[in-house]
Amino acid sequence: MIKAILIFNNHGKPRLSKFYQRYSEDTQQQIIRETFHLVSKRDENVCNFLEGGLLIGGSDNKLIYRHYATLYFVFCVDSSESELGILDLIQVFVETLDKCFENVCELDLIFHVDKVHNILAEMVMGGMVLETNMNEIVTQIDAQNKLEKSEAGLAGAPARAVSAVKNMNLPEIPRNINIGDISIKVPNLPTFK
Amino acid sequence: MSDVVERTLSALPALLGPQHPAAGPGRLPATSRLGSLIRSITALTSKHEEEKLIQQEIASLKAMVSAPTTTLRLMKECMVRLIYCEMLGYESSFGYIHAIKLAQQGNLLEKRVGYLAVSLFLHENHELLLLLVNTVVKDLQSTNLVEVCMALTVVSQIFPREMIPAVLPLIEDKLQHSKEIIRRKAVQALYKFYLIAPNQVQHIHDKFRKALCDRDVGVMAASLHIYLEMIKENSSGYKDLTESFVMILKQVVGGKLPIDFNYHSVPAPWLQIQLLRILGLLGKDDPRTSELMYDVLDESLRRAEINHNITYAILFECVQTIYTIHPKSELLEKAAKCIGKFVLSPKINLKYLGLKALTCVIQQDPNLALQHQMTIIECLDHPDPIIKKETLEILYRITNGQNVTVIVQKMLDYLREGKEEYAVVTLAGKVAELAEKYAPDNGWFIQTMNAVFSVGGDALHPDIPNNFLRLLAEGFDDRKEDEQLRTYAVRSYLTLLEEENTFYPQKFLQVMIWVLGEYSSLATDVDPEIILTRLHSLLKKTFVTSDTKAWIMAAVTKIASRTSCSKTIDKLIKEFSSSLDTCMRQHAFELKHLCEDKVLMKNLLPFDASCNDVVVDASLSFLDGFVVEGLSHGAAPYKPHHQRQEEKLSQEKALNFEPYGLSFASSVSSSGITGRQSPTGLSFGSDTSGNSAETGHKETNTLKLEGIRKLWGKEGYLPKKESKAGKPDEPQAASCDNLLAGRVTDPSASQSDQVSSFSEEEKEKQQLASTLFVGLGSNAGVSLMGKMDVATQKFKRKSKINETQNSEEASDIQNSDASTFGPLLDTVPVNKEDCEGNKHTRLRKPSLCSSDTVEDNLAFETPQSLKKPGLNDRLSDSRLSPLSLFADSNIEIFQPSSSALCESANKTSSVPSLPKELEELPHSEVVELCQSDALALYLCKVWKDDSLLLAVFASNKKGSALNAVNLVFEKAEHFQILESPAHQFSVIEAQSVEHCQKYVWMDKICTQGILPGSISYQSEMESCLEFSVTLSLLDFIRPMEMTTEDFGKLWLSLSNDVKQNIKMLPSQDSLSAALSTLQQKLKLHIVDIIGNEGILACQLLPSVPCLLHCRTYSGMLALWFRSPCSALPDGLLYQCQKVMEES
Repeated sequence: MIKAILIFNNHGKPRLSKFYQRYSEDTQQQIIRETFHLVSKRDENVCNFLEGGLLIGGSDNKLIYRHYATLYFVFCVDSSESELGILDLIQVFVETLDKCFENVCELDLIFHVDKVHNILAEMVMGGMVLETNMNEIVTQIDAQNKLEKSEAGLAGAPARAVSAVKNMNLPEIPRNINIGDISIKVPNLPTFK
Repeated sequence: MSDVVERTLSALPALLGPQHPAAGPGRLPATSRLGSLIRSITALTSKHEEEKLIQQEIASLKAMVSAPTTTLRLMKECMVRLIYCEMLGYESSFGYIHAIKLAQQGNLLEKRVGYLAVSLFLHENHELLLLLVNTVVKDLQSTNLVEVCMALTVVSQIFPREMIPAVLPLIEDKLQHSKEIIRRKAVQALYKFYLIAPNQVQHIHDKFRKALCDRDVGVMAASLHIYLEMIKENSSGYKDLTESFVMILKQVVGGKLPIDFNYHSVPAPWLQIQLLRILGLLGKDDPRTSELMYDVLDESLRRAEINHNITYAILFECVQTIYTIHPKSELLEKAAKCIGKFVLSPKINLKYLGLKALTCVIQQDPNLALQHQMTIIECLDHPDPIIKKETLEILYRITNGQNVTVIVQKMLDYLREGKEEYAVVTLAGKVAELAEKYAPDNGWFIQTMNAVFSVGGDALHPDIPNNFLRLLAEGFDDRKEDEQLRTYAVRSYLTLLEEENTFYPQKFLQVMIWVLGEYSSLATDVDPEIILTRLHSLLKKTFVTSDTKAWIMAAVTKIASRTSCSKTIDKLIKEFSSSLDTCMRQHAFELKHLCEDKVLMKNLLPFDASCNDVVVDASLSFLDGFVVEGLSHGAAPYKPHHQRQEEKLSQEKALNFEPYGLSFASSVSSSGITGRQSPTGLSFGSDTSGNSAETGHKETNTLKLEGIRKLWGKEGYLPKKESKAGKPDEPQAASCDNLLAGRVTDPSASQSDQVSSFSEEEKEKQQLASTLFVGLGSNAGVSLMGKMDVATQKFKRKSKINETQNSEEASDIQNSDASTFGPLLDTVPVNKEDCEGNKHTRLRKPSLCSSDTVEDNLAFETPQSLKKPGLNDRLSDSRLSPLSLFADSNIEIFQPSSSALCESANKTSSVPSLPKELEELPHSEVVELCQSDALALYLCKVWKDDSLLLAVFASNKKGSALNAVNLVFEKAEHFQILESPAHQFSVIEAQSVEHCQKYVWMDKICTQGILPGSISYQSEMESCLEFSVTLSLLDFIRPMEMTTEDFGKLWLSLSNDVKQNIKMLPSQDSLSAALSTLQQKLKLHIVDIIGNEGILACQLLPSVPCLLHCRTYSGMLALWFRSPCSALPDGLLYQCQKVMEES
């Protein structure tokens, strides 16, 4: 499970923090500081994994991070996640941000905190990876944006138009594949008389 | 069509209403308030200024959100600013309620921000969250997909546990939704529910299966999260799914998925990783299941060939799975090759993972470490501390008696570099462990431990100094060896203390001081005066805490008992007799009085007696005379501490001694005088804190001396001793050849030493390798691993206390055995005739062990046995009384499979039956627990009113008597066996059956648990059979009779409640039908039925009540449980759901 996703810049200023496990407000701030402290002192040519700080749960947890220009992207995960898998997930996340913001930069993250959170919510839900396909994420975000934008602008629009918008469904890439006949056998339940 | 709509939509904003300021992504909203806030923050230079600015901002936000004129759109903007402030760590709780309101009332865009703010601000137990539930319910029912998605997202992030029933049916419905994204998010939400309240989703496990079979891959992938979690908890329950998982993985690996799922042309890599993990869990220790996955693992390894991070992720997972499941040599070989690829990779991430994999597999396959020894050596000097640490972890696992010095040296080097505190602590613990286990000689051991203490500092785990001191004190089998070690320690510490102005951690100081106090006389050439001077000078150091000072005083007292007279002691007494520190002052007085009576002092402080048991007169009988005298002189009788306090509270006017008393007591205990186990210490402590007037006359010499004695009494110093003493120690070899690892030539190293043209540096590394990997693996000619472990176990702990305690316990058990079981056996005579008569009339399938599977199992019974309904009744849940028991005797005859028939025909052993007085109680069928050639064990559950009675029958199948048959139930987490868990049959005659009874309660609530046990007996040789009894919650539920009024009273007094609606089947459409089902199957007592409501009551043995309120409406049955125990309602709810679905 992903415990937390943190983004901060080279000076340790938080740009995004999302916790999937409950920590108190104070602890959250300390975790951000501690994580920055741990990550920032690492050289460029060392590995992207390190053991989590004391606050986030010690050596049972891993910090997996990537450093892009001015920003650090850090995922705190427990032992049930694959390190390399998460490392590429960060890549997917950043590429998605790049697509959604057209050349993403630190300022985008600051001024559109809510949008970044929305994008993240399409990828990671409740600490579990939900979607890893960049195109799919971008499609969802675009569709939602369109819907929202139009609704926001519809303040005084005729009722019919509004309802037309509301009933419009999200586009969907046809992804139904035949996964074969997974003949799942229902286990033999004891027959109760 | 949708095209047209879309185009219209994109045009709409331009036509209607004003343009948004924050329009396109990427463009900065020049006018927004957030923008100006951030701009001013970035312009600031100090933290202080930032704080001031944010406080200002928060104040203005506070005013704005609470102003009634603020529109939702403005509110949305406020929320974004609040999110920003919260992220920086500034409290903004005033906005939480507005975030919830925004989620409730806003349009899509505003709602989204509202939900986002809620999920960032609140946590699962936040009280405001309850206000969100309605909004979530409403949005889940919305026709707008975006709203549904938002609701599902917020549910999977935070949702109050107790409100799950409110949304569960809605989310279950969403599993059938036509859009895959909704189904997928619904599965994720259910995963969340599974995590926080597994009981509440127990009834929808078949829906998880449906999700697993979903035609959309995304939904299937989401369901894997749930399965991974469930399989982690109980892999045996999902073995039947192995084939499906293998099939899915095969299709994914085989590229059957649409190209959409590819990531860098690898098909669905994250999905593959997830599946591999699940397979690893399923195949662990299970050859049959592992067999199914060999092919697909092989294929995964083969296909993952592209040189990209993500393929390595899959490879790594494959390797882990291969090493987890039942091994197959072919695959292991490939996996080992893979690990090699990782370890040798120039990419540092891969190297790290390679080392990690090595750490995992090194114990299974030490040869692998040999293959990569040069890489490991290189990694030891790697600039990345993480790599270094992982390497040390490998070394830690391959340590043996020959390479321990080098490895420990490397670890200490790392420790000295000063990394994060927690890393240092764990590593220091490992070093201490290795040193104790493999130390080649005394000097090395002491030096290493010194290093550990000084590097580890005071953060060190307290077990480490405790264990070390115990090791010194208890010694080994060889007396001479002991003395050498102790003398060495004394000398080493003296040298350390010689250096002025060096700072040592307190824990290290305490260790040194204790050793000096206890054993300094062993160093005969050192004048005790010198030692005393050292200790004295330490007392004056500022960095020495008062805790440590108490240790010093104790040590000084001990040394003083062995010297005739000393100037230093006199000086010390004089100095501290007037000390302001009461604790030190007391020590000084004690020392003074002791010095006046040398004989007493010698008796009190015998040399090297720290391990001897001290017999304490716990009843304080020696004080009786004193007390009587006191009472006769009119003193008030003793009152316990709590009583005095109560009295004090009741008469507030009385003078309050509390502050002085308390501080005195705490300083006493912090100095370690009162071991809290010494009765004198106890009374002393409570006296001082309670009433200082009493302390006055109790402060006699003898009392204080008793208190001090504890300082080096076992319990006083080594409080954790008992807990660790149970650790199994390997037997100590008689001779310890103190070979230094370096001197041993390693054949494997010389083999790899083919190329002679190494540079100087490389030669060094080679040498290091030879010392590190010595005694490892089969290359070394003889496998040294096992042998060396035993031979070099130098320090073996003698746990004297433990032994004596164990023997005491053992005798206790025997005593209780004798007292409780003697009469029991008499009162329950074995019905031999019954058994004999039945011997040939019953055939049964062997190995029935759980009550729940009883119904399933074949019960092959001959017609003769039908005539005896009392013996042959089948287990039926509805049977509550003997009456219904007879009524329910519709015995079915199953046709067993031919093999089972043969098997059972061969074993025409007697199936025992219950004694008469038990037979009339509701009971289960007699089932077989286990059997061997000589002995068969049967079990019958009798549901007595006050407990569950397990009647265990031991049947001797042989022609000769069995002796010393011992039945023992192991300690189970959930169950408690009343009286003793063991039973001994002294003898079981040939072809006869003996039986015993055990009464069981449920200790910790679970729906089903296992009570393991074993039976050992003596026939030709000693044999032991293991068995386990499955007990379910229902075994411990009994009806609870009460009146409606009592029910009402009790209901209000109970706090834990659980509500759930379940669908009623057409067969039980009326309330009374449903209730009678519950009455029969769950043994609930129906208290009253009024209209469409009914109340029931039951209790969990021995007496935990659970009340149930039922109400029917439109085909649904609303259940509402209440109980003082929080887990009981959940457990019962699950059982209710089960029986309602079945009936």
